[in-house]
Parts: sequence; structure tokens; C-alpha cells
Amino acid sequence: MRLYVPLAITFIAGMIMILEFFIPHQPFPTLGDGVKDWYTIVASSAIFLGVLNLLRVHLKKIARRRKHWRYSPVTIIGFLSMFITGVAWGVTEETPFYYLFNEMVVPMGATMFSLLAFFVASAAFRAFRASNWRASLLLASAFLVMLGRVPIGDIIWRWIPGAAESSHPYLVSEIAEWIMQVPNMAGQRAILIGAAMGVVATSLRMIFGIERSYLGGGD
Amino acid sequence: MKIRTFSAMIPAVLLIAAAVAAQPVTVENLEAQDSPDDAGGAVELLWSLSEGTDFPDSITVLRRAPDGSMELVGTKPGVSTGHVDTGLENGREYGYLVRVHRGGEVAAEHGPVSAVPAAQWLHSKRWGMLLILIVLAGFILYFIEQGKKGKELYIRQIAGLAAVDDAVGRATEMGRPVLYVPGIMDMDNIQTIASMVILGRVAARTAKFGSPLLVPVSKSVVLSVSQEVVKEAYLEAGRPDAYQSDNIFYLTDDQFGYAAGVDGIMVRERPAAIFLLGTFYAESLILAETGRSVGAIQIAGTAMPSQLPFFIAACDYTLIGEELFAASAYLSREPKLLGSLKGQDVAKLFFIAVIVLGVLAFTLGDLWEPANEVAGFIRSLTRVE
Amino acid sequence: MKKLLERIGNVDRRIIFILMALAVIVPLALELTMEMPVGEGPSYDLYEYVEDLPADSRVLMSFDYDPSTKPELQPMARALVTHMMSNDVNIVAMALWPQGATLGQTILSSVSDSLGTEQYQDWVNLGYKTGGQVLIVRLGSSLEAAFPTDLEEVPYGEIPMLSDISTLRDFDLVITLSAGDPGIPAWVMIASDRFGVPVGGGCTAVSAPQFYPYLQEREGERPQMEGLLGGLRGAADYETLIERPGLAAAGMSAQSIAHLVIMVFIVIGNITFFATGRKKRTKGGGR
Repeated sequence: MRLYVPLAITFIAGMIMILEFFIPHQPFPTLGDGVKDWYTIVASSAIFLGVLNLLRVHLKKIARRRKHWRYSPVTIIGFLSMFITGVAWGVTEETPFYYLFNEMVVPMGATMFSLLAFFVASAAFRAFRASNWRASLLLASAFLVMLGRVPIGDIIWRWIPGAAESSHPYLVSEIAEWIMQVPNMAGQRAILIGAAMGVVATSLRMIFGIERSYLGGGD
Repeated sequence: MKIRTFSAMIPAVLLIAAAVAAQPVTVENLEAQDSPDDAGGAVELLWSLSEGTDFPDSITVLRRAPDGSMELVGTKPGVSTGHVDTGLENGREYGYLVRVHRGGEVAAEHGPVSAVPAAQWLHSKRWGMLLILIVLAGFILYFIEQGKKGKELYIRQIAGLAAVDDAVGRATEMGRPVLYVPGIMDMDNIQTIASMVILGRVAARTAKFGSPLLVPVSKSVVLSVSQEVVKEAYLEAGRPDAYQSDNIFYLTDDQFGYAAGVDGIMVRERPAAIFLLGTFYAESLILAETGRSVGAIQIAGTAMPSQLPFFIAACDYTLIGEELFAASAYLSREPKLLGSLKGQDVAKLFFIAVIVLGVLAFTLGDLWEPANEVAGFIRSLTRVE
Repeated sequence: MKKLLERIGNVDRRIIFILMALAVIVPLALELTMEMPVGEGPSYDLYEYVEDLPADSRVLMSFDYDPSTKPELQPMARALVTHMMSNDVNIVAMALWPQGATLGQTILSSVSDSLGTEQYQDWVNLGYKTGGQVLIVRLGSSLEAAFPTDLEEVPYGEIPMLSDISTLRDFDLVITLSAGDPGIPAWVMIASDRFGVPVGGGCTAVSAPQFYPYLQEREGERPQMEGLLGGLRGAADYETLIERPGLAAAGMSAQSIAHLVIMVFIVIGNITFFATGRKKRTKGGGR
């Protein structure tokens, strides 16, 4: 029973969504809208699960003085600050929530993202080796795209005597654009098609109950 | 003589063009039809606009009410060429007029036209997608049957999956935990589901070897599923006492908040083996580089083309695209799952053949008309509306 | 010499981090500027499409990003909103990401104040709703059902500019500024392919290559996407085209120097690799 009910729900919901895509006649659009609305409701409600787990785990850590417990009050204070200010004064402009969001959340998120600049440099230094012809080709393309996607590539090109007056005064960015639009597009398409087929096959296995690992149980 | 005549014509041509441009644009070729490919209850009005640049201020659509009067059902910008009237009764005829407005007055009226809304049982523009789905499903189900009958189905070695045991064993030897990161998307994402499958296998190994398993998640539903998957794996391995629900915990939905949290766990707990399997975005390199800095063996896998290069540069093993979806079949060696993988591969061969045929047909289309028709057919087959 | 090269090859990554930081900070501090021509390409295509929209056209703009990608996407949001408001194009804003609504509101209200446009007459922010792709499909049948009120709890029916907008098909263009999922692929699949509404987009630089297939011209049909702003360069291109250089254009000098520094690192790394005769065993999927 514990296994068959979720399998039945998966099958019914999956088939409704497939049939709704191909059959415009009622009742399939209504059923499809119903499934989509239920999905929205469940996804919204599930937010509470995560919040309760967050509080439970960190309060337990503080109570039992587990390893690194001192970080937990910081987490809880941060969570409660945003929650209480948002509920009490709203989330529109000129509220405390908005101030906390703009002055703390936004810069912290941007800081984490900007770590990428440093990590790309260290990963590039460590890993990008012209160890064979394929890697060399990749490196050459990377150099051309990196130069072509910023103004300095064309500036360097135009330092060459006659380049600025030639029929391709912005040659580096043109080459970079060609690499993006031809070989890159071909490769991206191939990966997209392969991944999409993997998605369809996995989805079909789940709908027909062949793949059950996501339910957490065995056969 | 010809040049003089032609030169004399130029002012006349220009005058005519100017006259046409100055003429007010109006509605032409008005027609009404049942709105196609819907559940009914809608009529589509289509019209074209005459030549010129002096567009009307607006175009209104009126429908004949049961008492015979005309009621306004739509006001469109002066450049529009159609309107869909909804909320109608199937099987009943509806009559329409279209009015063109200029300077606050009705400049012209067109119609009446009429149509009867009806529902369609099959979407006419999606038959190609249905055919493709049937072909794909057909191949997959056929090879699943072959697998069930005991036929030997070959699958090549996938280095990242073959290294799972070694990675967990390394963690056990070093007395350090295993960290499993299932990506940042929710359970409606197929990559997350594929990650849950592998989590079950990894949890079975950690239960057997006695290594702690940490699973920080970014979504609440993923939290519930992860806990169930790991609990079941420990139960099946006969180690229910070793299962610790607090080791599978929610961090945050925020992408970089999650990355910061996982980085903190890596630096504090110093896991010996890190699994990064699922959907990742810009945080992928942050996680992979931090994992590398703590000296862990890293096995990554994603179907996100933009993140694969970062994983390949920073991790020891990377599952690329479909290899992630093949994991359940690979690790379990179950005939049904191997069969579906085989079916997927054969379907891919079929689609490669269609692509090559389409490219050839389109390329030769300029020289040989039948090739154009083949190209058009393949295009209609693969279009979705 | 070999020892020196080995030491360089094993350099502490913190030195690399410091050099990268200097490569970004110094050009910004010196306010270095560079000539920035905008040629034909996805940025120009989007600009041209928006420029050709008649006054009173209706554009649905979806802010599908969060604060972490604000440095790349907020400048393009500002440039697009400025362009559209200057051309009297009406903007209906929404978000598929929770923080996108607030980020969008910041842009809309500040540009509106500077250009003198009016909320609810020229623009409105419907806010955030969960659901991603499922929500976009819902917009195809009823905008009001998906957004009964706007961000400030004003009922849909009381907003003047929404009086003749009922579904996604009533828009002349959808613009999505997308940092991940849900984002551009969902809008292209549903809005462009299923409902026939033109879609334009902006995204982070790292994601841009995967969206190029959507830009391809198709015989007898419009492309799946009308144009794409890729990363800070795309934002800088758009600012240049509307002749209002801002943060993105200023950031191009720093990005240029940073790219050069990374290239130098790669060259040094390869020199040390070959000179020390080291063969690193590499592992990876698919091999």
C-alpha cells in the first residue's frame, strides 16, 4: 500500500499532463489546470517543512552544544529578523525588511557570486593544459572568445597597422561571435538533445513505475 | 529614349507611392473561424491591414448579442490583425462586426462574419511530437521487455560511478564523513530525481562501511525525499541504528546562501569524499574549488552544459549529461533499467538519422524540389506549438 | 630554472586571488574607459526589436534572478526599462524568483521617477508567484487567475492598464532576465513556441552559450528568441545603443583587464607544466 499509492498518484498525474498536452478537449485542460494548481499549493506549503527543519536542527545543536554550535544562533537570529520584520511591517519599499534585504542580503549574495572570478582564475591556472591537440584547440578558442567578448580584443587588433581600415575592423569580436554561433551552438544542441532524451526516458520509467528509487523504497 | 522615358516615370512613381502612404490604413479580408486546437468556447477573428502608414487609432470588435444588438468584446491597437473572443458556447453561431476608429469616430465598419466554436480532440500542430513520443517510448518499452527476457545488454564503464565504492572506502579509512550535495533544484527536476537514486546507493555503501553521511539540501521536498531514501538504504543494509536524521538537513532556498552553507560544512567537517550530483548553476565552481581545497575526492555529475566545464576542471570524476540518468541502471544492473537505457540509445540513433536526413534535404532543397518537401515534412514533424 | 618554474606552478592560490582582485579594482579606481562599438549580434537584435515597438505596446517583463546575479542583470534591466519607458511602451512586470519582484520594483520605481511615467498607467509590478513553468502555462489562460493582485495588493481589476490584458497572448513581447531555472528555456518553450508570443532575454555570461540555439533564424518563421543580452557585455552593449552608459559600460574595462590576467595565468601554467615535464593523470566522465 505504502508503495502502490504513490506509484498510482505518479502514474495518474503523469498521464494527465501528457494527455492534456495532446488533447485540447475537456476534461483534460481542466484536469491539467487542477494538477498544476495542486503543484503550486504543495510547493508553497513545502516551504514550511524546510523552515521547521532548519529551526529544529539548529536549536538541537545549541541545546546539546554539538560541534560548531556557536554558528547556530547566528542562523536563527538571521532567519527570525527577516521573518518578523517581513510579517510585521510588510516587504514593500521603505520597510525594515526592504532595508535588510537591500543592505545585507543583496551585497552578501553578490559577494558569494563574485568569488567565482577568483575561483575561475585558480581553476584555469591549475587545469587548463594544452596536453593534446583537442585541449590546444579548446584553449585557442577560449582565448579568442575571452578577447572577443570584451572591448580590449578589438582594441588590440586595431593596433595592428591597417587593421582599423580593413574590411574587418572588429575581427576579434566577429570571430568570437562566430565561435559562439556555429561550433558552440552545435555542441550545445547535441548536449541538449541527449539530456532531453535522458529526461524523457527517466520520466517514462517513473510514470510507468519502472523507476522507484525516488520513493525511497525498494521494489 | 528608354532612359528618358524611365526618368520621366520616376516622379509619377514617387507621387503614387506618397499617395498610397498617405491613404488611411483600414481592415481587409476579415474572416471568423473556430479557434483551433482548444477546448472550444472561442472564435478567432483574423484580418489584414491595407497598405500605408496612417494606422487607425484603434480597432474594436463587436459581437451580436441574443437580442440582436451589438456588444463590444474587444478593443485592439490600430496595428493589430486579429482577436480571440472567448467564453462562448460550443455549437452556437456567433456573428461579429469590426470597426476602425479615427479621431474618436468610427471611420469604417467591416462584416458581418460568423463562426461556430467547437472543441478538438487532437491538437493538430502536435501530431509530430506525439509520433516522436510513441517512437521513443516504443524503443524503450521494447528493450525493457528484452531485458526482462534475460537478454544480455552491454553498458560501457562509467568511470565516475565505478569510483563510488573507492570514494566511500577512502572516507572510512580516513575516519572522515562523506558529503552528498544533491543540487539546488526541487524534486520536479529530473536531475534531482536521478541524484536521489544515486544517493540511495551511496547511503547503502556508507551504512555498510560505517561512515557518516552528510546531506545538506536546498529545497524542503528534497529534504523529505532524501531522508526517506537514506533511511530505507540504512534499513536494507541492516544498520537502522546508524541512521541519523539530523545529518540530512535543510539549509536555504537561496542559491548562494546554500553555496556558502555547503562551503562552511566542507571547511569545518573536512569530508574525504564529496558527491556533487544534480542541477547546479553558478555555484558549481565555488563548491568544487572549495571541495578541492579540503583535499576530498570529488565525483560530480550534471546535465547543465554551462557547468560541466567547471566540474571537469575541478573534480576527479564527472558524469556528463546522460551518464547521470544512466546511474540507476548502471549501479543496480537491473535488466529493466538496462533495457530502458538501451532503448534510449537506439532512439537516439533514430533521431540522428532524422537530423542527417533533414540537413541533407534542406541543403539540397535549392537544387531538387522533392528534397524541399522532405525538409518541410521533417520541420513540421519536429515543430511544437 | 626548473625549480623556479616548479615553485611558480605550485604557487599558493591566494596570490592568484590577490592579482585577480587588483586586475578588477585598479581599472575601476582609475575610471579607465574603452571604446565599445556594438556590431550585429544578439544584443543589437533585441535593441532593434524593442526600438521598433510602437507606442502603447505591451511588454511582459519577468525578473527571474536574485541578488547574487544583480551585478550582471540589474544594469540590463535598467537599460531595457529606460528604453521602453522612453518609447512609451507599457510594462507589466512579474517574477518567477522570490527576490526578483523586489529587484524589479527598485528599477521600475527609480526609472519611472526619472522619466515621469506613472504606475498603473504606464507600468505595474504584479510581483512573485511560485510555479515556474507551470505558472507560465497558467498565464496562457488567465493572467488574473495567476496574479489576482499586484505587489502592493491592488486587485487586478482595479488596475487601468490591465483592463484589456487577459492572457499571455495579449502581449507584444516577453522579456525575461534570467539567472537559472525557471528562466529563458521555460519562457521560450511556453510563451514563444506554444503561445506564439515573441520572447527576448538577458542572462549571465556563463549561461549565454546554451541559449544561442534559440536565436537562430528559421525559414519562414521568426526565431524562438528575438535577441539576447549575454552578461555584462550584453548590458554594456544595450547601454551604448540607447546612449546612456552606466554601470555595465564602466565595468567593461575591469572585465577586459581581468580576462587578460586569466590568459596570462593560463600561459604561465602551461609553460611550467611543459618545462617541468610533469604529466598529470586526469580522470573524468566519458573517458
